[in-house]
Amino acid sequence: MTGRQKPAPNSGRGGRYVLRVAGLGYLALLLLAPLSLVFWRTFEHGLGPAWGAVSNPAARHAILITLVITAIAVPANTVFGVVCAIVVVRHRFRGKGIVNALVDLPLALSPVVVGLAFLLLYGQSGWFGSWLTEHGIQVVFALPGMVLVTIFVSLPFVVREVVPVLREIGTEQEQAASTLGASSWQTFRRITLPAIRWAVTYGVVLTTARALGEFGAVSVISGRIVGKTETMTLHVQERYQAFDYVGAYASAVVLALLALTTLVVLNVVRREEPRGDRAEPGHEAVR
Amino acid sequence: MAIALNQVTKRFGSFVAVDNVSLAVAGGSLTALLGPSGSGKSTLLRIIAGLEQPDAGEVAILGHDATRVPPQKRGVGFVFQHYAAFKHMTVFENVAFGLRVRKARQAHVRERVHELLELVQLSGFADRYPAQLSGGQRQRMALARALAPEPRVLLLDEPFGALDARVRKGLRAWLRRLHDEIPVTTVLVTHDQEEAMEVADRIALMNEGRIEQTGRPRDLYEHPASEFVMTFIGPVNRLDESYVRPHDLELHLEPNGTTREAMITRVLHLGFEVRVELVLDDGAAVSSQVTRDEAEALDLEDGQIVYVRPSRSTVFEGTRASADR
Repeated sequence: MTGRQKPAPNSGRGGRYVLRVAGLGYLALLLLAPLSLVFWRTFEHGLGPAWGAVSNPAARHAILITLVITAIAVPANTVFGVVCAIVVVRHRFRGKGIVNALVDLPLALSPVVVGLAFLLLYGQSGWFGSWLTEHGIQVVFALPGMVLVTIFVSLPFVVREVVPVLREIGTEQEQAASTLGASSWQTFRRITLPAIRWAVTYGVVLTTARALGEFGAVSVISGRIVGKTETMTLHVQERYQAFDYVGAYASAVVLALLALTTLVVLNVVRREEPRGDRAEPGHEAVR
Repeated sequence: MAIALNQVTKRFGSFVAVDNVSLAVAGGSLTALLGPSGSGKSTLLRIIAGLEQPDAGEVAILGHDATRVPPQKRGVGFVFQHYAAFKHMTVFENVAFGLRVRKARQAHVRERVHELLELVQLSGFADRYPAQLSGGQRQRMALARALAPEPRVLLLDEPFGALDARVRKGLRAWLRRLHDEIPVTTVLVTHDQEEAMEVADRIALMNEGRIEQTGRPRDLYEHPASEFVMTFIGPVNRLDESYVRPHDLELHLEPNGTTREAMITRVLHLGFEVRVELVLDDGAAVSSQVTRDEAEALDLEDGQIVYVRPSRSTVFEGTRASADR
């Protein structure tokens, strides 16, 4: 918020130039080059083959499965993330440290391990396996299992974005609302939620990206049945292993476009943010 | 009584923030809870608001027991030291908040908010955001917001504490006029004795979780119940076992039987008042307050030897005070 910053005193014009080139070069090498190569490879032989590769039934089904999983996992983790953040920040209870550490577990665990764990829990010989089979519920090698592992691996993002903002805004505004007669729900709706909405939005974007791109856990739990339990990421790999490079690249482009759309939506929403409201929590005035 | 506290105690761990406090606040009055930081005054105010639960004792508002009533239902207006402005709402919406959560009619909301903005002199600021206001304006907005739902009591927690001295003085006088205009029972927490003396009808002076003395500002100044009250309210000199206000320390050029020798270390001209700093024969530093005319008549200067005599002093035995002239 300090606006233009002065360059460090001993870095002259040349030094700054080197820094800039290094920064941009790094980005270009690691992000832009691979991504543009994928785009180039996809459309190498024109639009026709690329379109064909993503409009066949298996690819369309993979897109649908990915979108369905994301559409369930993201709202679930958004609600859970906000509730969990409020509990962790605003409440005092025994075992709070453990809850805090557990939230980070999905970040630390390899997704493959997550997939295996769910397989052990819900599989035929797993703890809940026989009970589920008796009641005709198929979790493993089916959509429910894939949704569950995706929720698991994308769980921390909303919580981790919201917790620091909740800490920062403190409790005074909420207390003021309650003395003005607002119920807990009204306080949450009208005071807390607007204050954390940017953190929630960032959390949602990260969760969405994670859910769209999940590979390892879904790979283990889904059984990778083409046209049934195949997500976009699995489809890309399956096509690649079948030496259908256009199919693999085209599907990868669809995935990349979905992720880009999320970012664009975020930026559009941001632009609509009203004036006078941009002050970061805790840094009032001066702009 | 608008507010009645009966033997209220509040602990935070092993720290006793409020220790068996009873206090009655008369309807329509402006009472100051005065005390040094950590004396429990803010905690007591938060207990009245329902933002803290007392460990023991009762709180009654307008004769009804409110000890277990949540803050939403107490009908109190609360103003925080750091404004607690709703940053994502305009000034208008901030003030309207208490009416909106009560589902008031739109026309009524508009009318009431504009009336209040007029009252706190923020009429032209309805569409601004809190971040675009100065500290004093934000606090006036917070006051309008607290008054909007017509609270039965208004509670102010160090409302001017975060403002600079000039703004503070202005707002203080303005608050007093406002209270005379709309006499809603008000409790003001402050650590500034001058602020309490200037604004309040009554002062409850707190120390270490207890109320040391309750009374009119003048009573506390003239008839302090304890050494703490004497030293907290206004400047004071200690002469052996007794306390003397600077304006009660007479200066003479010649000794008589009851005077003590002292040397002037500094003469400060503060307009009408002249403050004379002295060292007594036993090395104790004291100060005397005289008028400009008196100072001129005595022709006081640094290093001069004078003779001092307390015209009025107070001695405390335990907690009992006795004044003699």
